[in-house]
Amino acid sequence: MKKKQTYPIQLTVNGELKRTEVYAGETLLYALREKLGHTEVKEGCGKGDCGACAVLLNGKAVNACLTLALQADGLEVVTIQGIGTPERPHPLQTSFVKHGAIQCGFCTAGMIVSAKALLDRNPHPTRQEIKEGISGNLCRCTGYKKIVEAIEDAALKLK
Amino acid sequence: MEYLAPNNLKDALILLKKWRSRGELIAGGTNVVPDLRAKTLRKEILIDLSHLKNLSYIKEEKKRIRIGALTTMPEIAASKTIRSKACILSEAVGQIGNPLVRNRATIAGNLADASPAADSAVPLLVLEASIVVEKHKGKRKQIPINEFFMGVNKTVLKRDELIREIVFPKPAPSSRMVYSKLGLRNAMAISVVSVGVLAEMEKGRCNRARIALGAVAPTPRRAYGVEKLLVGQAVTEELIDQCCEAIQEEIQPITDVRATFEYRRSMTSVLLKRLLQQVFSQGHV
Repeated sequence: MKKKQTYPIQLTVNGELKRTEVYAGETLLYALREKLGHTEVKEGCGKGDCGACAVLLNGKAVNACLTLALQADGLEVVTIQGIGTPERPHPLQTSFVKHGAIQCGFCTAGMIVSAKALLDRNPHPTRQEIKEGISGNLCRCTGYKKIVEAIEDAALKLK
Repeated sequence: MEYLAPNNLKDALILLKKWRSRGELIAGGTNVVPDLRAKTLRKEILIDLSHLKNLSYIKEEKKRIRIGALTTMPEIAASKTIRSKACILSEAVGQIGNPLVRNRATIAGNLADASPAADSAVPLLVLEASIVVEKHKGKRKQIPINEFFMGVNKTVLKRDELIREIVFPKPAPSSRMVYSKLGLRNAMAISVVSVGVLAEMEKGRCNRARIALGAVAPTPRRAYGVEKLLVGQAVTEELIDQCCEAIQEEIQPITDVRATFEYRRSMTSVLLKRLLQQVFSQGHV
């Protein structure tokens, strides 16, 4: 049987250069989680509905489950771990904790990635713009009120 | 499956000619990747167009606007040119999917997928856009968008043809255009019904009307019959009601997971009424 062909790719993940081999139809999400150990990127629906797998790809928030690993070849990926660490959290992360904007935590990584992309291009969003900014991310436990408040507060801190 | 990523249009067209039905095209991936995952797509070759150079642009010329095939939805929605000359397009593409999806989704991908609910098609129909298509060693073709869609997920595109750009004449500065999409939620909603209207008035009469509909027929489509009722008329409430009745002749909605055909029928008239009132109201909207 013909061996399934793989292709080498090179990604910068959170500032670190990473190399791996992927199949043609393999998603960026799969490569990040299963090949590069970045399990902080969550897999929810796997088809672009929930936003749990959101990462920044060259600065733009995208669903890693809808992007082929090969399409990210040579590009820069930032996951939640690249946004902040436990020692040096990003103001968004501090704010999510302070406002109780986390319950089970599954959506949080994607939420903060979307919020980061929003604040990067619009540092002073209105409440409506925040809601639109995270409209690709589903939360099934806290509801969105605390999340929106956390992002509003973080925007003030970042001023 | 094999993966090929041409980085210029010429190479892409050669690959397309070579592999034809054995190859699948992918650009942003928001339609193709879910199909790959669901294993409904079984092709030998994946031809990735996302690395093609110089196909992401919005160019304003004297009489027309051209949009490169790989231009993404936020690029179109945020473009000053589109916002000032063809606001109906920025409004519609700004509502597609959600921000994460839009960042990947391309204009040509939305059209080539040919969903009956393709949200970029409705504004492009009222703008009378054309799809510029190329093939290897062939002449460049311009396909008017009202001839582009053949059925659910079917277009007139041949297997060796590729969309290069979308082009449309600049609407007259006096034209008014409005758009309305009904979804089941505010984000990540596939249209239940969508309607676009473009109108020009002269001396109190409507001298141009274009109406397009999404998700209420096998393809996005123009409502020519209703347009005829409006042209040359002073638009009254009675005429608007007449249009909302006549629109029923132009649609064949189905019942699916999102809505029944009865609901789609009544909401088509409701949305059309709101848009016609908005566009023909005395004050500028």
